[in-house]
Amino acid sequence: MERIELNYPAKRKVPRRAHVGVVGSGDLEVLLEPVEGNSAHVLIRTSVDGFHDTWKAVLDRFFSKYDGVVRIQINDAGATPGSVQLRLEQAVEASES
Amino acid sequence: MSAARDDVAFINRRSFIELHARERASTLFDVGTARELLGPFDRVESPWLPLQGVTPQSDDGCVVMKGKIAGRAVVVVALEGAFQGGSLGEVSGAKLTAALDLARADSEQGIPTAAVMLLETGGVRLQEANLGLAAIAEIMASILGLRRYAPVISVVAGTVGCFGGMSLAAGLSSYIVMTREARLGLNGPEVIEQESGIDEFDSSDRSLIWAINGGEQRHAMGLADVLVDDDSEQIGGAIRQLIEQGVPTQHRSSQAAFYRERIRALDPSRQFDPKDLRATWHAGVLAEAGK
Repeated sequence: MERIELNYPAKRKVPRRAHVGVVGSGDLEVLLEPVEGNSAHVLIRTSVDGFHDTWKAVLDRFFSKYDGVVRIQINDAGATPGSVQLRLEQAVEASES
Repeated sequence: MSAARDDVAFINRRSFIELHARERASTLFDVGTARELLGPFDRVESPWLPLQGVTPQSDDGCVVMKGKIAGRAVVVVALEGAFQGGSLGEVSGAKLTAALDLARADSEQGIPTAAVMLLETGGVRLQEANLGLAAIAEIMASILGLRRYAPVISVVAGTVGCFGGMSLAAGLSSYIVMTREARLGLNGPEVIEQESGIDEFDSSDRSLIWAINGGEQRHAMGLADVLVDDDSEQIGGAIRQLIEQGVPTQHRSSQAAFYRERIRALDPSRQFDPKDLRATWHAGVLAEAGK
């Protein structure tokens, strides 16, 4: 299991926290919650080691459009980048609705 | 499968099996009454999995919800089959036990609180073996504690099934609800094949497995109380009805003599096919009664 931490600048307050997904094979769990400050913090724990650059690329792309001041925790059981992107978008949708 | 089944209704149904544990639990409650206890943001997760390089889940694969069903107080505990095969570890076991114990405490205070266990589990989590085994013992004690006051209902919907120690827990519950897709058994097919050989049980033979462990056979043999389709409405309806029915006059697990006679009437030296087994099982009891 590998631990990856990433930080991004952010400015917008997010209405509520959200939890989506399951730590099942090829899937992941996302916990997104509003925090104080002007940055977003991401903690990833993944069962598949050695994919730091891929995770960073997926999160870089996500935060190129998203500006919520949040803490995101990802518990991953080998999801593909596409699944990660969709779960992140699902979490955002749940936290804004 | 009966020809009389309404195929249109079946196609338009809301599947229960396709839901994850949290959705399964919340779909059962009277609207607006459910709240989750120790949810994902409480982050009470397994301390043992990360030490073994396994990613933990924020609720340890055990969702506990309290609310009302048919106007009565109920706690629903749903095991997440997609996370580590729904296995019971230290945390998930403690959550399940505590939920049952709190339901008993409320029942003793004059608020009868039933428990519904949505079991999708292979039993003890091997990475937490001893703690998982201890948890199963505690769960069984807690079921026995609660079921005097309020019904404990086990639902095995599929597709993981319910095996190992948790099949014993299911056996202690007041009622068991199963779908045709679900399986219930002590040892899983692979375990039996590994221990006793392929002649004893061929774990690649799906029709054999379901003909022995499947919901339809379990129900036909009287080892499950209600057989339902994979339909959230139907499963919810069955649970409401059982909650209203209350504590059974006699629990299945209190009828040891009755089941001992049934087993004694079987000749284990011959290989039964499932239909044959059903007939012999019921005939054995009739013969016993006629003596």
